[in-house]
Amino acid sequence: MFRSSILICGGTGCTSNHSQEIREEFIKELKEKNLENDVAVIGTGCFGLCAVGPVIIVYPEGAFYSGVTTADVKEIVEEHLIKGRLVERLLYVDKHANSHVKALSDTNFYKKQTRVALKNCGVIDPENIDEYIGCDGYQALIKVLTEMKPQEVIDVIKASGLRGRGGAGFPTGMKWQFAANQVNDTKYVCCNADEGDPGAFMDRSVLEGDPHAVLEAMAIAGYAIGSHQGYIYVRAEYPIAVQRLNVALKQAKEYGLLGKNILGTGFDFDLEIKLGSGAFVCGEETALMTSVEGHRGEPRPRPPFPAVKGLFGKPTILNNVETYANICQIILKGADWFSSMGTEKSKGTKVFALGGKITNTGLVEIPMGTTLRQVIEDIGGGVPNGKKFKAAQTGGPSGGCIPAVNFDVPIDYDNLISIGSMMGSGGMIVMDEDNCMVDIAKFFLEFTVDESCGKCTPCRIGTRRLLEYLDKITTGKATMQDLDDMEQLCYYIKANALCGLGQTAPNPVLSTLRYFRDEYEAHIKEHRCPAHVCKGLIQYKIDPEKCKGCSACSRKCPVGAITGEIKSPFTIDPMKCVKCGQCMATCKFGAIVKE
Amino acid sequence: MSKIKLTTVTFKGTAEQEKQLRAMLNEEKSGAHPSVMAALQKAQAIYSYLPIEVQTIIAEEMGVSLEEVFGVATFYSQFTLNPKGEYAFAVCLGTACYVKGSGEVFDKLCSTLGLGDGETSADGKYSVSATRCVGCCGLAPVMTVNGDVYGKLTAKDVPDIVAKYKQA
Repeated sequence: MFRSSILICGGTGCTSNHSQEIREEFIKELKEKNLENDVAVIGTGCFGLCAVGPVIIVYPEGAFYSGVTTADVKEIVEEHLIKGRLVERLLYVDKHANSHVKALSDTNFYKKQTRVALKNCGVIDPENIDEYIGCDGYQALIKVLTEMKPQEVIDVIKASGLRGRGGAGFPTGMKWQFAANQVNDTKYVCCNADEGDPGAFMDRSVLEGDPHAVLEAMAIAGYAIGSHQGYIYVRAEYPIAVQRLNVALKQAKEYGLLGKNILGTGFDFDLEIKLGSGAFVCGEETALMTSVEGHRGEPRPRPPFPAVKGLFGKPTILNNVETYANICQIILKGADWFSSMGTEKSKGTKVFALGGKITNTGLVEIPMGTTLRQVIEDIGGGVPNGKKFKAAQTGGPSGGCIPAVNFDVPIDYDNLISIGSMMGSGGMIVMDEDNCMVDIAKFFLEFTVDESCGKCTPCRIGTRRLLEYLDKITTGKATMQDLDDMEQLCYYIKANALCGLGQTAPNPVLSTLRYFRDEYEAHIKEHRCPAHVCKGLIQYKIDPEKCKGCSACSRKCPVGAITGEIKSPFTIDPMKCVKCGQCMATCKFGAIVKE
Repeated sequence: MSKIKLTTVTFKGTAEQEKQLRAMLNEEKSGAHPSVMAALQKAQAIYSYLPIEVQTIIAEEMGVSLEEVFGVATFYSQFTLNPKGEYAFAVCLGTACYVKGSGEVFDKLCSTLGLGDGETSADGKYSVSATRCVGCCGLAPVMTVNGDVYGKLTAKDVPDIVAKYKQA
């Protein structure tokens, strides 16, 4: 028996911050002190508080250390593990309490969350199937195979009210029912792990922290619809997730929990991992299946829906990683337990990846119906550096920006659509007063133009035309007529594009137009970018009061736009200036301002 | 889709690589659902990029046209038709990084190395690319050089990081 355990986050964020080296250092240090049989060192999935990584937790005390480096390892071993004294200086500082907090569960960040899909993330070693089994793992599969008929499984999922967590929110039980109703010897179960929204990393964290939960749920889905083969389509950009999935798959097969005649019940179910190759459109279900088949991942018109004719022409269900992560617990705890969380039409919880201008960047899971204010201020710790909150972007390139006036709207599928955004897969990017909303809309359009597969005209050409309008606006060359034309084009694309990518591509433009029309108008009428972001509309000036006449900026300027005499204030020639911003970065006196 | 820039670097594949490629293709063909995309992924693992010579072999072995192979190779952003530099610099332009100023970091990197997005220096030492979200949004803005991750960057940090690899 170990007397203590050190849990080290092995999510992508902390791994990039050298958590692997810290783990090795602990193993080395413990060995030197002859403690290797007393203290266990365990790599886990994401704890959620990526902003203060690398993070570790030492049990049984539950001490939560943040921002740990390899240099701190010796002190933690000597002070905490040998002498039993907490290393105060490394404990997480809660911005609300303004003091060190001992345990992760005591932080404001954690207290307001409800963890269902992330239940095991940061708790178990994802590469050890025994730890998963120790946390009720594979119990749901056993229950389903030994006690339930396939239709009963579908009925439970239907009754739970679970809706697809990939963004569109289609009822999962109904999807399964459609596929179950098809009479066919071959059916497929697919998992969409091609998380493509920039700034979203929920699915990756589930795969990295609790891969078996997805495998188990897929086997349950296979039993429910009568399928014996599943595919997980995972982004190739997620090497850690792919590796852990492979480990999990191998272990589950060794234990007889996947493969032929599972647990002697006569049910066969096998899984294969298919790697994506970086195409956003492959998150769309028909495109994903075409890609699994090995072709260009172009979508096709529906119907026929995948439940009728999907992968390799066979009935197929496709669910997102987070959707699967809920399944096992619904089976074990019941539909009533799940539907007791959330709002009338959106049950359960939702994982969000908080990013952008927010104190606690990281992963949070909240019951549906939580307000944006609670997420951003209470859990996220608000906007840093005393800046003013401007908008939260949800739904990625398909979603929209939610302004502060909607701070108290409960978050669920239907409410987000009614305020012009959407749930999406769960990226939530916070923007402050320094972000230009026209520039943000342009950023997303650049993304969709790049990722449009080119199959249908409204998307291929329409998004490009939209981007051209935005270009005109951000360089001050647009007229008010252009603004109207652009809005019309948005509605045209929404109504006519073939797949979800095109139909939602105008959303970032429409939602910013809805809430920040004044910013668009300032660009057009006054040739001014209120947030000082759009290069074509800003001017760099030197404040003569602050300028010491040191000539540093003048020497850095690549086009010789800055002139003056030493020891008296310099000036910038706006005709020559290319707005590279090098002068501002060089000035030690803060004398250069953007206007 | 991004513009197709074909490499001018001559193909230097070895006999050993070709043997590996053909063995891999034989295996792919014998599976239940042979996939051009999977073949390209494995070919890129062997050659580290997908020159037209390699695509031709894939087309022949898989029994599909070169156009189809080329179509798949140019559809996905992970496939590269050009060899990557010995030091591959990549700046994340995902949303979280972008709102924290990764656009400026990227511009600075391009001007420091004198390369544009997707370009490789003539000596084959450096290449620059803008990537989609790499997933460590907590470290935004992020740049990677081969496997090394640099987080919480500003444009000012770029020259020092580049210098590190120029000395190496």
